[in-house]
Amino acid sequence: MPATAAHSLDDIRSTFGFFDAWQDKYAFLIDIGKALPPLPEADRTEDNLVRGCQSQVWLVPQFDGDTLHLTIDSDAHIVRGLIAIVLAAYDDRPPRQILDFDIEGLFDDLDLIGHLSPTRGNGLRAMVAEIRSIAQEHAAL
Amino acid sequence: MTEPAWRSDFPLLANRRDMVYLDNAATTQKPKAVLDALARYYRGTNANVHRGAHRLSDEATAAFEAARETLARRINARSSREVLWTRGTTEAINLVAAAHGPLAVGDGDRILITEMEHHSNIVPWQQLCQRTGAVLKAARVLPSGEIDRDDFAAKLEEQPRIVSISHVSNALGTVNDLSSLVPSAKAVGATVVVDGAQAVAHFDIDVQALGCDFYAFSGHKMYGPTGIGVLYGREELLEEMPPWQSGGEMIERVRIEETTYATLPFKFEAGTPDISGAIGLAAAVDYLDDLDGEAIEAHEASLLAYASASLNQVEGLRIVGTARAKGPVVSFLLDGSHPHDVGTLLDQQGVAVRTGHHCAMPLMDALGVAGTVRASFSLYNSLEDIDKLSGAVRTARTML
Repeated sequence: MPATAAHSLDDIRSTFGFFDAWQDKYAFLIDIGKALPPLPEADRTEDNLVRGCQSQVWLVPQFDGDTLHLTIDSDAHIVRGLIAIVLAAYDDRPPRQILDFDIEGLFDDLDLIGHLSPTRGNGLRAMVAEIRSIAQEHAAL
Repeated sequence: MTEPAWRSDFPLLANRRDMVYLDNAATTQKPKAVLDALARYYRGTNANVHRGAHRLSDEATAAFEAARETLARRINARSSREVLWTRGTTEAINLVAAAHGPLAVGDGDRILITEMEHHSNIVPWQQLCQRTGAVLKAARVLPSGEIDRDDFAAKLEEQPRIVSISHVSNALGTVNDLSSLVPSAKAVGATVVVDGAQAVAHFDIDVQALGCDFYAFSGHKMYGPTGIGVLYGREELLEEMPPWQSGGEMIERVRIEETTYATLPFKFEAGTPDISGAIGLAAAVDYLDDLDGEAIEAHEASLLAYASASLNQVEGLRIVGTARAKGPVVSFLLDGSHPHDVGTLLDQQGVAVRTGHHCAMPLMDALGVAGTVRASFSLYNSLEDIDKLSGAVRTARTML
């Protein structure tokens, strides 16, 4: 499947189902990472930075009515690929749906759960926590 | 040569044949002798030390203090009173900064470090500066990853009261020439502190020959357990320093009005110490003492030379840190690739390395890089391990 900017969750799940070799899986992650639209340089600010020790993630959340629109970027390709998966689950969804979504289950199914572990320091875990807390705040309004 | 003879001494390496472990600068694996010493202690000797009216406590105390003697001998301290147990290098440097720092510096005084220091040899001094009004200066590092000696000399002319430098850089492997750096710092009257975390596994340390006032290191980076480390301090300095933590163990007599403190080294060891850790670390030292130190140094030097040559042949790869004297560490970048991506793809191929800033952000800033990929070797690594590394790097390069 060619990598495009946005993948549906079903696409991602079924594509991962075809992969036997780690190379295929990571080549796909790198592809969808490279295809992710980059955050404008002006948005790569300290304020938008989610702390990661080994790679950095920038997150710009925006509400359109009750829908949370997310723009996320990283300086590392594989992390960008992981972000594309997070976006497939979270982007343009109402907060309730974000909070109800089992992201750990998804990463577990895709055998990528290690990337959500605190030791990786890739910013992904902090990013997921940040999105959930934004959704939580909005849902409480 | 295939696998070094020592490799079979390390159970984890046999249990994890799925991995090539090249993150030895973060922590080393443990030889069976250390694991056995820990188990033997808990199975047959465990008791609290320096108290208790029973033979088990006597035996535990004897083993614990014998461990201190072993460490004192290993680094050639004048006496075991100069060997303080700490949790590791970080705590050891914090101890010096907290207990010796205020005796050495006041408002406006200089403290000199270098740009290549690990954060644990930066932040404690910054905090000391905040408390005392002292000023922290860092000698520049050259693009090769060596200390800029002209800048170091110029900053020594400001007569720093404390000079704290690493023996070996954790991020690049640069071995600093302490035989000239320490005397030049002593010549201006500074207290000289050496962060030896990355040196102790690879080189014989003689604190008297080095002439430093303090030498800090961690057990887990020299085949010992985690949670135990050593601060060597010159006895005259330790005597005049006040305790830095207080409670049990470190007292001689407590009245509600006033307490008199225990003698060295116990004055600095409040609370029940890491008894098994100390015994395990001494077992690691015994293990190293039984090996041929020169043969290990030669083996590690050959690993470094082979890794540098192999990696240099990978197109687009640049080794960061090209000092003439290096420990067995290769830090590198692949053109246009993020270190974290490289590290992730190496992990997928069963090669364990470290990526990122290596807790040395000022050094990364000075070298103009955000981070690196770091492969660090140990006595049990083989040339085959390095072949797997360079093969995995080539694969990662084609994927990125």
